[in-house]
Amino acid sequence: MKAIKGQWVKIHSIVLTSNERAPQVPDDTKKVPLELWVKGYILSDAEIGDFVEVKTMTGRVVEGNLIEINPSYKHSFGDNIPELLEIGPRIRKILFEDGEE
Amino acid sequence: MKGNSYEAVMSRKNDIMKKAVGIDYSQFESGSIAFDYEDMMKKVGYTLEEMINIQKSSGVGETKIYEMKNLTKLARKFSDEGKGARIFVKDEAANPSGSFKARRAANAVYHAKKHGFKGVIAATSGNYGAAVASQAAMYGLKCIIVQECYDSEHKGQPEIIEKARKCEAYGAEVIQLSVGPELFYSFLELLEDTGYFNASLYTPFGIAGVETLGYEIAMQMREMVGKDPDAVICTNAGGGNLTGTARGLQKAGAENTKVIGASVDLKGLHMASDKQFNKKSFTTGHTGFGIPFATTPDRSDVPRSAARALRYMDRYVTVSQGEVFYICEAMAQVEGFERGPAGSVSLAAAFSIAQEMNEDEIIVVQETEYTGAGKHIQPQLSFARNNGIDIRFGNPEEQIPGVNIILPESPGMIKAKDLDMIKIKKSYLSKTLENINNVNEKDVKYLVDEINESRKFILDYLKVNNIKIVEG
Repeated sequence: MKAIKGQWVKIHSIVLTSNERAPQVPDDTKKVPLELWVKGYILSDAEIGDFVEVKTMTGRVVEGNLIEINPSYKHSFGDNIPELLEIGPRIRKILFEDGEE
Repeated sequence: MKGNSYEAVMSRKNDIMKKAVGIDYSQFESGSIAFDYEDMMKKVGYTLEEMINIQKSSGVGETKIYEMKNLTKLARKFSDEGKGARIFVKDEAANPSGSFKARRAANAVYHAKKHGFKGVIAATSGNYGAAVASQAAMYGLKCIIVQECYDSEHKGQPEIIEKARKCEAYGAEVIQLSVGPELFYSFLELLEDTGYFNASLYTPFGIAGVETLGYEIAMQMREMVGKDPDAVICTNAGGGNLTGTARGLQKAGAENTKVIGASVDLKGLHMASDKQFNKKSFTTGHTGFGIPFATTPDRSDVPRSAARALRYMDRYVTVSQGEVFYICEAMAQVEGFERGPAGSVSLAAAFSIAQEMNEDEIIVVQETEYTGAGKHIQPQLSFARNNGIDIRFGNPEEQIPGVNIILPESPGMIKAKDLDMIKIKKSYLSKTLENINNVNEKDVKYLVDEINESRKFILDYLKVNNIKIVEG
């Protein structure tokens, strides 16, 4: 997929490699790099994976690899948790045991 | 040390901070362990009246307090005759950015604007980011929020992802990082590069901004029930919420109000661990922040933190993740208030503590937070279940953070657990006095204030640990 100059994109970069990580970091974290993601307007045409520059919302120019074009929010209300449905009726039964429920 | 290596940037920490916060913290230092906390709050903070005006002009504060009549009634079903305090909740979700953090941000961003900064930066994965972004939008300042968001598999906590969206909704730039304390390194680099104001959570402006919350509680309760609350309960993480609220209560003259801290019990989970990052279902308001910040307040992004919970905390309790999720759902189901889970930490504790109190007593939960996609009990529980966490009804006593989430079989099983305050205070002393052989009279007074204990308590501790009091 190709991004056109001026499109809103998301880039990724490595801030610290696993060798450069802080001494106090736990072992499992030390094994992996410190990564960064930021969004901005891409400054040149590029393909996914290319090393590019973007201009962020505050006007900073940041470098990184292009990972998403027109990035969107995908978080949601999650899968249904059946246990949650039981809480209300259980409490109402205790509160209103005279059947005014 | 020049260059942008981790060590080089960290070695310039103090200079970067001085420019980015505009406070010369050295003026409050005594040269030994003591520093003049009250002088710091007075010289660089704002008066209560100034803060009320600043916040009023940016739509912050004056939130309503509601009585949780059905939750009170429910608590009384499980308490002894004559017990079961009335539970009230201050609806801080009504602030412009959806949480009490707007109070902290209002002052910080006002201060940044007044001193000619072009923008503000905050390192936060929580509600504070949205609060700073919202205030920056009002004042026309640029805003960068730096979040710890993903593990090494690019899996992110739903509530942090939602927080990024909210910050961007207010026009902020959001930088998302993977797990690790080196977030602070990226943060320092950004401050240095941009020259923006460090809207730290822990400056005197930020903490003083919460004083209005405590003050409002006293004033509103006097009007609503004709007296000060017997207890105010604050969700405790970095200590700023509790510190500011307690100072506000004191400024209102509510001297007999007990201030209780409450945190979600996340014992056993390492906060900087890549593997454990997504095993937790709360990203703040938990013991992973609450205890380290209480025992070592000066661990934040400023040299001296204005958040010092042990000065003000009369009692500190924990609740489990399952208990908080349960009470959050109960609040929606029988009170008709759908609010976010992190704001329900102190409500779960209040539900339990109310049962110890007399029925003519008042306990006030001093915050709620907004809710929405990602930031809601269902996505948090769904995320946990997908990460292999066992979710079921049972006895919350059986909870193991990172392994299971136990929703109480009955509301009567919700039990706030007291942490040992003496142990926490001694832990503070041991950390503060590490490698120290001598203290002076000023230090002793400082320690008395820092942990809110008697002079005798401090002297006994010094004696047992062979620390001498010398002149100077």
